[in-house]
Amino acid sequence: MRALVIVEHDNKNLKPLTLNTITAASEVCKEVDAIVIGSNVDSVISEIQKADKLNKIYVVDDDVFKNNIAEELSGYLNGFLKENAYTHIMTPSSTFGKNMMPKLAALLDVQQISDIIKVFDADTFERPIYAGNAIAKVKSNDKIKVITVRPTCFEPVALNSKVELLKMDNKHERNNKVSFVKYDLSKSDRPELTSAKIIVSGGRGMQNGDNFKLLEGIADRLGAAMGASRAAVDAGFVPNDWQVGQTGKIVAPDLYIAVGISGAIQHIAGIKDSKFIVAINKDEEAPIFKFSDYGLVADLFDVLPQLEEKLR
Amino acid sequence: MKALVCVKRVIDYNVKIRVKSDKSGVETENVKMSMNPFDEIAVEEAVRMKEKGLISEIVLCSIGTVSSQETLRTGLAMGGDRGILVKTEMGEIEPLNVAKVIQKVCEKEDPQIIILGKQAIDDDSNQTGQILATLLDYPQATFASNIEKNEDDTLDVIREIDGGLETIKVNIPCVITTDLRLNEPRYASLPNIMKAKQKKIDIMDIKDFGIDLKKRLEVLEVNDPPERKPGVMVSDVEELVNKLKNEAKVI
Repeated sequence: MRALVIVEHDNKNLKPLTLNTITAASEVCKEVDAIVIGSNVDSVISEIQKADKLNKIYVVDDDVFKNNIAEELSGYLNGFLKENAYTHIMTPSSTFGKNMMPKLAALLDVQQISDIIKVFDADTFERPIYAGNAIAKVKSNDKIKVITVRPTCFEPVALNSKVELLKMDNKHERNNKVSFVKYDLSKSDRPELTSAKIIVSGGRGMQNGDNFKLLEGIADRLGAAMGASRAAVDAGFVPNDWQVGQTGKIVAPDLYIAVGISGAIQHIAGIKDSKFIVAINKDEEAPIFKFSDYGLVADLFDVLPQLEEKLR
Repeated sequence: MKALVCVKRVIDYNVKIRVKSDKSGVETENVKMSMNPFDEIAVEEAVRMKEKGLISEIVLCSIGTVSSQETLRTGLAMGGDRGILVKTEMGEIEPLNVAKVIQKVCEKEDPQIIILGKQAIDDDSNQTGQILATLLDYPQATFASNIEKNEDDTLDVIREIDGGLETIKVNIPCVITTDLRLNEPRYASLPNIMKAKQKKIDIMDIKDFGIDLKKRLEVLEVNDPPERKPGVMVSDVEELVNKLKNEAKVI
């Protein structure tokens, strides 16, 4: 058995989710390799090369892979796997993995296993269904397992190694039916939601986008990422990539502070792996209190300035 | 230009999920069923494209029991023109096989745009659109939040990705999967619900598709998620900060 982890990156930086995925792969089998597919990826390689538990790293550097187009990545990997046999192909269940992996599974004619949260053995895994309201234990009968991994359910591997590199030539030809136009990425100095240790999140109770400044002050003091409920995003208070929940980002920080969030099922599904959850809401009946470690029934406009002051 | 929209009948998103005591799955008896919310967005988008004159016909397709006709009727009441039900009594069909069935429907119907929800809210796989695009060798635009048609018969699709938005250009024919912010689906009016009853639904049997439906991914058991331990209420900010510092030790 051999596992291959597809490294997620943006040609400059390694996405840390990859390190959690390597841990999941190491629970499946002893021999774990990784592959970096991109364009001018030297800085990515210098990061991933330090990862523990990897045997070797393949590198494919070609302009055609500059923008993570699913057709290019899956097309290349399909050819690669014909010459390099692997039993498990794994990547994070981020939008990168969700977009690309089912294509690879289709090319290999196997049934992908999406978003695993636990490894029992090489064939058997656990994955959430119904927005995390039920957990399915599944067994794959396919010869090759194509798997996306929920990164927050596995610890990242440490970075104490210097893994051997293997440069590969690209024989894959550009797909002429699809092309990249542009990114509109949100710019922020804060940590990314999916890797942050602390998250401060606001809901409909914030009333408008301006009031999120009250949360910013607290996030600044704590070095936290900022998030929001779907209600706050749909109301246009904050950008949509702030959305935490089953249909947004699944997070698992040490501390999640939910302010003015009632606690809809789909929001809870996205935060319930957090170590500690704090809820601040003026409605004592809000469902979020059932899931929080510390609850404070109060008007957020009174307590947020106090909280910022206390954290000084 | 013809559009094919794929819709799935699922437990309504407002229903609290109950795991069966024998762990074989979740309770679906006497539970309200609805169209998968992401598929509603897919139907709405097709109807809007038709209203703009970009599409001439909307065909809806569902795989399921005879009850899935209700879901097709919902889509027809929103503005779909006709429906195809691929009937099965086999229970859940895996995404790979769903895509293989739709591939065959596409070979017959030859749609130029195929729109699906990005995921069904029951098994949360998020695969069918991507697999279908691969089998048909059509370009895919997943997690769409905006679709614009260009003069050269390509589409610019804005996709919701981690960290922001991405725009890609795809040739037609193509497969698009919908994300939440693409549109807000309409409610069907009573006259349209009445009219939908007259629209045609072709019923086919999945056995006639010649696809090996053997399970590749067996569900061994379904369990409740682990419960979080009950927490405590604090009376003020001082107590909260104190507990976070000294008890939880997270700040």
